[in-house]
Amino acid sequence: MAKVVLPLDAARAFANGEQHLDVDAADVRKLIQALDERYPGIGQRLRTRTAVAIDGEIFQEPYLQTIKPNSEVFFLPAIEGG
Amino acid sequence: MGNEEKQQSEISKGKYRVVGTRPIRPDGVDKVTGRATFGADFKPADMIYGRVVRSPHAHAVIKSINIEKALKVPGVKAIVTGKDFPDIGPGDIAAGEVVVSFYDMARNVIARDKVLYDGHAVAAVAATSPEAAAQAADLVEVEYKVLKPVMSARDAMAAGAPLLHDDMITQGVTPAPEKPSNVAHRHELKLGDIEAGFAEADEIIELEFNTQTVHQGYIEPHACVASMNADGVANVWCSSQGQFMVRAYTAKLCGLEISKVKVIPAEIGGGFGGKTVVYLEPLAVMLAKKAGRPVKMVMTRDEVLRATGPTSGGFGRCKLGAKKDGTITAADVELTYEAGAFAGSPVALGCMTGTASYDLANMRAVGWDVVVNRPKAAAYRAPGAPVAAFVVESTIDAMADKLGLDPLEMRLKNAAKEGTKAPYGPRFPRIGFVECLEAAKAHPHWTAPLGPNQGRGIAAGFWFNIGLSSSAAIALNEDGTVIVTEGNPDIGGSRASMAMMAAEVLGVEYERVKPLVADTESVPYSDLTGGSRVTFATGMAVTQAAQDLVKQLRERAAKIWDVDPDQVEWRDGQAVAIETDKHKPLSIADIGRMAGKTGGPLSGKANINAQGAGAGFGVHICDVEVDPETGYVSVKRYTAIQDVGTAIHPSYVEGQLQGGAAQGIGWALNEEYIYDKDGRMQNTGFLDYRMPVASDLPMIDTVLVEVPNPTHPFGVRGVGEVPIVPPLAAVANAVSHAIGKRCTDLPLSPPRLLAKIQGKG
Repeated sequence: MAKVVLPLDAARAFANGEQHLDVDAADVRKLIQALDERYPGIGQRLRTRTAVAIDGEIFQEPYLQTIKPNSEVFFLPAIEGG
Repeated sequence: MGNEEKQQSEISKGKYRVVGTRPIRPDGVDKVTGRATFGADFKPADMIYGRVVRSPHAHAVIKSINIEKALKVPGVKAIVTGKDFPDIGPGDIAAGEVVVSFYDMARNVIARDKVLYDGHAVAAVAATSPEAAAQAADLVEVEYKVLKPVMSARDAMAAGAPLLHDDMITQGVTPAPEKPSNVAHRHELKLGDIEAGFAEADEIIELEFNTQTVHQGYIEPHACVASMNADGVANVWCSSQGQFMVRAYTAKLCGLEISKVKVIPAEIGGGFGGKTVVYLEPLAVMLAKKAGRPVKMVMTRDEVLRATGPTSGGFGRCKLGAKKDGTITAADVELTYEAGAFAGSPVALGCMTGTASYDLANMRAVGWDVVVNRPKAAAYRAPGAPVAAFVVESTIDAMADKLGLDPLEMRLKNAAKEGTKAPYGPRFPRIGFVECLEAAKAHPHWTAPLGPNQGRGIAAGFWFNIGLSSSAAIALNEDGTVIVTEGNPDIGGSRASMAMMAAEVLGVEYERVKPLVADTESVPYSDLTGGSRVTFATGMAVTQAAQDLVKQLRERAAKIWDVDPDQVEWRDGQAVAIETDKHKPLSIADIGRMAGKTGGPLSGKANINAQGAGAGFGVHICDVEVDPETGYVSVKRYTAIQDVGTAIHPSYVEGQLQGGAAQGIGWALNEEYIYDKDGRMQNTGFLDYRMPVASDLPMIDTVLVEVPNPTHPFGVRGVGEVPIVPPLAAVANAVSHAIGKRCTDLPLSPPRLLAKIQGKG
């Protein structure tokens, strides 16, 4: 299962403060679906305001990116630039 | 040594034919001879002139707007107010690079029920002459109920502060507050256990910092022309950082389908993030729709400074624990940024970047996003990072002073490297921060002697860099020249870089490649020019489009020779048959001439969402001299060192480093918004809003460290944002060393610094 880390505010608002989770999902879309089933409402939060880092690589518009069983996945605030 | 004399960079020497050289930019001659067409230069037939009516109050309820007198001015053709625009509901929507609240954006473009800053647009008029438009604008009668403004984050967060938005409930706080406030969002990041980290420390320092609102300071004011065809299609000619961004935002705010808006990009006279949003375009479209004629709108400098996006001022705190050898054991950072009139300062990015240059086991960063009666903050190079770096890098410098350590060695001891856990969680891939510090250590600047009243500062900076969506097409002409079509406005020389990458892949001369920045109907979608993404992401698209074209060129050669395409290689701009010397090589021009006979025109394309933008790091060294009698600071020497991946065109990469350093020096020394007690901006021109000019600065030396980004075909990392991150702290650290007192409040303008020197500040 992938090691998933939620943003602290999302963890507090939706996941009883649990920031570090183990989740079985093949890609980001399925990961967010799985998290939303576990913590209703978190899916919308994660879909609209976050980027995702999978094993160190940041994806700005995450959706179909593959997650390996031992991947480390971080949800991050969306990154803009000037 | 002048740029033209510099040699091709070490990384590209011998490896590439075009990449790493320094050709003249394709748009250069037009720009230096005044022929280039910028936003204000377009003049369609029958054009009329628009003007914005702006609020003189920083905070007020709009009780009524009466346009009757204004409509009677001869030549007036249209007037719009907020009521002419569609209602857009609250909520955030992902829009390319950023998540956007169109509800807020609509109210920023033209106020509805409240004005929230001095200069906030309340109406717009269009008339047959600029004079008539100005006269009519003066006759638009707006009745206000004036409210007390809140001009700083501290005031806005105080108990009982007037509220800008009655429904603003702080997000990121659990449980959610029951009452509204001016605090839009609380962000928090943490690694490890900071209390345990501070318990391990031999020394602990805690400092507080203040910074002011600053503007991007682009030379070209916002400008556009809009027309509305009889079939309901809007055409917008404008200067921006993204024609697709302008199309999406204008369509949404005007209630049009995206296919009903065409945006034609003009040349851009600087943006630095400030042209990643719209101000005039929706107003011009609605005026053009009402008037039935094209409408030109051009901001004055006064309007640019009062009503377009600056970046946040605010305050911060950093508590740092370290062992005697300089090992940082814990960092606790708190940042409060002023978002302006609507939520959305870059404080979250400040939290993510402030300590990112260091390998810290224990850190916490808390950020507060606070609304105030100032213009809505827009992106500015590395949004949020320069102030965060000022807070953290100044505290590290103070710690080095306290421990008696070399500040560069202390940074090396704690430097992030491949595998280091970033403050926002993931581990860094291959990065070049240590190489930058080593280059600084080896640079003669670091050990050069200093004179009286002089001081030296060093500081580091980090930026993520991003990829996102980019499209490119490459068409082969009949004579073998090629046209590269892309969808990103050229701010920093990207036409040249695109042409160079295409030339490298195709094996043709740079001069035979013509790059073209196309309108929204001539190239598929590209995200905007920002986030240091274009040379990386659009460069990747151009490279792939060129590879696509090469594949087709090989296939056409195979047809001509009646062999399998696998029997054809592409070498130095020619198709070469392998395993036989029966066929004479075919040049790209040969194949271009025969395109019609072998299957039709040839073009390559690529539409991608580029991933793997490599993180960027920089180190700046600054020498200053302080006049102890006046507090005036002169920058004597400045060196900017940065890991740039691979420099496609080293001159333009160096220019990015120099430009970022110059802007950061201005931020550190002079720039600030000055308001009166009623919240009206007082310094609305470049005489009073003091940006550095060439005569204020020494030649900024640059060192390009090239640690190639493994995910880009040429190793490119974004370079445009990092160079504005270190200067605030580099300058402040230098001044602190020159006067022997720690400087924590920006700008270090003469009055403020003199007070500090005299013990009054």
